[in-house]
Amino acid sequence: MAMTESPYLPTPQFARWRKVKSSAVTGVLVVCAFAVIAPLFLVLYFLLSKGFSSLDWNFFTQLPKPTGEVGGGMANAIVGTMVLLAMATVFGVPFGIFGGIYLAEYGSDRANNWIRFAADVLNGVPSIVWGMVVYLILVVPFKGFSAYAGGVALGLMMVPLVMRTTEEVLILVPQSYREAALALGVARWKMIVVIVVRTALKGIATGVIVALARIAGETAPLLFTALGNTFWSHNLKEPISALPLQIFAYGLSPYDDWHRQAWAGALVLMALIIVLNVTVRILSRDRSQTD
Amino acid sequence: MSSAPTTTYVMPAPGSRGPDIAFKWVAVFAAAMIVVLIVLVGWELYSGSRLAIAKYGPGFLWSSEWDPVLEKFGALPFIFGTLVSSLISLLIAVPLGVATALFLTELAPLKVRQPIIIAIEMLAAVPSVIFGLWGVFILIPWLRDSLFLWLKKSLGFLPLFQGPIYGVSMLAAGIIIAIMILPIVTSISREILRSVPNLQREAAYALGATRWEVLKIAVLSYARRGLFGAAVLGLGRALGETMAVTMVIGNRPQISASLFAPGYTLASVVANEFTEATTDLYLSALFEIGLVLFAVAILVNAAAQVMLKSMTGSGPIKVN
Amino acid sequence: MSTLPEAPAGHKVSESLKAAPGPARAAEAGLPADAEEVAFDINNFSLWYGQRQALQDVTIRIPARKVTAIIGPSGCGKSTFLRALNRMHELTPGTRLEGSLRHFGEDLYGPGVEAVAIRRRVGMVFQKSNPFPTMSIAENVLVGLRLNGVRDKKVLQSRLEESLHMAALWNEVKDVLNRPGTSLSGGQQQRLCIARSLAVQPQTLLMDEPCSALDPLATAKIEELIQTLRERYTVVIVTHNMQQAARCSDRTAFFYLGRLIEFGNTRNIFTSPSNPQTEAYVSGRFG
Repeated sequence: MAMTESPYLPTPQFARWRKVKSSAVTGVLVVCAFAVIAPLFLVLYFLLSKGFSSLDWNFFTQLPKPTGEVGGGMANAIVGTMVLLAMATVFGVPFGIFGGIYLAEYGSDRANNWIRFAADVLNGVPSIVWGMVVYLILVVPFKGFSAYAGGVALGLMMVPLVMRTTEEVLILVPQSYREAALALGVARWKMIVVIVVRTALKGIATGVIVALARIAGETAPLLFTALGNTFWSHNLKEPISALPLQIFAYGLSPYDDWHRQAWAGALVLMALIIVLNVTVRILSRDRSQTD
Repeated sequence: MSSAPTTTYVMPAPGSRGPDIAFKWVAVFAAAMIVVLIVLVGWELYSGSRLAIAKYGPGFLWSSEWDPVLEKFGALPFIFGTLVSSLISLLIAVPLGVATALFLTELAPLKVRQPIIIAIEMLAAVPSVIFGLWGVFILIPWLRDSLFLWLKKSLGFLPLFQGPIYGVSMLAAGIIIAIMILPIVTSISREILRSVPNLQREAAYALGATRWEVLKIAVLSYARRGLFGAAVLGLGRALGETMAVTMVIGNRPQISASLFAPGYTLASVVANEFTEATTDLYLSALFEIGLVLFAVAILVNAAAQVMLKSMTGSGPIKVN
Repeated sequence: MSTLPEAPAGHKVSESLKAAPGPARAAEAGLPADAEEVAFDINNFSLWYGQRQALQDVTIRIPARKVTAIIGPSGCGKSTFLRALNRMHELTPGTRLEGSLRHFGEDLYGPGVEAVAIRRRVGMVFQKSNPFPTMSIAENVLVGLRLNGVRDKKVLQSRLEESLHMAALWNEVKDVLNRPGTSLSGGQQQRLCIARSLAVQPQTLLMDEPCSALDPLATAKIEELIQTLRERYTVVIVTHNMQQAARCSDRTAFFYLGRLIEFGNTRNIFTSPSNPQTEAYVSGRFG
């Protein structure tokens, strides 16, 4: 049977319509992609244009002036953020790392699935809920807002993040390292600490920095734990100021001068986060080249 | 000789049994902490809300009165606000995010892809409070003076776009939440689309399909369930956004049909009024709101994880 | 022999025509050489993946309405060659080609020739069956037609039955047409994919190792199917299974290291190949 010309060839107009539709969709997708990244540039632009001019020596060294007075700075907020990040690291990172060690070195498949699931669920807990819980645990019994409470709230938020990244990095360490160490008669815990963790150290550090970048901008958990402070905190049992808190307070205030400072504070905070992210990128790039 | 677990059949070093066991239990404890934390959070929220639960019962959830002076508390306006603002954000962010993910996985050459991916990751790094600041001083004035006016003029026959325009509104909150959840929706969608086997695309191409037709029949249909999971994950994220929302939603506990009207969400009311709560009952009501928020967020996130796991097989997708 | 011979010219094809052909084609024995229609007229065709040359100077005339098998050790370029016949290699970025490739007289790579139109006329069945999982059996078969704008229900129904009959699948699925395409066994799925390709009535069907993922029973069914396709379609099949090539095809092309070494009647290739390398391969001494 000879091949007859198929009657089901599309008309040239229809074929062209299909082509046009495909090109139109391509155009739409391109527009969407650029629409998605546009807000980033809009935010960065305004941070720079509204905040940069206020970054002077005063801003970095002075305390906030009393309500309504012009001038002053956010020195205590900047220091406060650093203090809180340090405390969060102290409270959250050990738990995260040991949790990751459990997942990678000890855990059974079933237990691990549940723990990972729980960690991902915990990641989805709204940050303000953490503030409420730490309020009940650390603020009410000790009758006061404190830097400790703020540090613990932020630290708890870090735990699931650090745990997952630590696990991922530890799994990458080749099994042969472990076996070689054990075959030398090294104790298991030492093998884990000295061989496995040491090998994966850069990856673990990267994971910690990623978590820090995440919580550096968190405001909600600090609202009723660290509370904020217009003066220097003399010890960690007192409320402490932090950049996000200050930005929030100034942003909602009715004073133009405070608005100006809020932009400057936001710029400083964003710069901090960008530095942390760039550090992560640099560390990761080195790692992928040596592996 | 030793009961310490080892991966190879080698005798452990002498004297190491104690430290080995101690080390292991520290690790076990740390891992167990995760599960404990979830329970702890739930428990603390519950104990904080006991007063309010006892006083208002389940009616708390559908009462729309919020009067601290008269001590009448109901969560409905906040539930409404959270749902509506999240829904708006999904309507904006899911199509944009999936479209961008399609662009990145199927269309964009490497040189274009990399910068866009980095830009999206940077967008994810911007803290909520900075979005809020930008929202108050840049977005809201523009919305109030341009977009909202245009919407009212062209679509004002719908009750959604009627009523006075203040700038701070449910719609503004929805827009800003959309911007904040775009990175996660896009990156999860990208992973889902990448997991569609190439063989499916080739089958469609071999039939003479155009590029869009290949995307439609071979990629998007295959990835349907996973993309839905990405949307649910975005919803989970949207539910918990606090700071930016508080700064642009207007913070008024009312239920209105208009998107231009100010609103209030579960997270915002806690953020705003927690430190002002003068009575135990007031504070307890706020805790109950926090409990509702926690329960909803956990359920939605768990559902998303389950959906995503069924699509990509192995472990749950890391969300951070 | 230390050097590779040049690719055979057209005269080799006509020569093998005069020799006794394979099973059940007595009618062709008397046909003069130039009456045989050519499906693919390929001259000096070369293809590069980036810097690596995958195909080198291939010249071959693949006859119409016959089954042509492409054999050779892995990495010899046979799949690459097959995919070039319907421009599927364009899905991989960085490919470059030279030479001419005509399908029933039409230059496949000419200016203004669209891949979408080509692929409607040159269909492809893949190594691993790939029915669309979100579509039913019927929807899978008809998807090509629907894309091309066919809406007439009667036409769709008749094409559905015809294609499934031709793919020897109708009796097995006629009562379950609404089940998902992936609910069938491996062999059935592959026949479904064949039906899907046939539904748009291509002129040529390319098959890339279609049976390599199937068990012997399913393989036998597909080989039977290929025999029935021969009268209406040009079939080009890549296979690493020499017995399959010997069983199913009229012509066989042997590729090695990106070059076409020998092309001729299947019986000749397997019983008395001209080229020593062909002989070494078909007698199992390498590959």
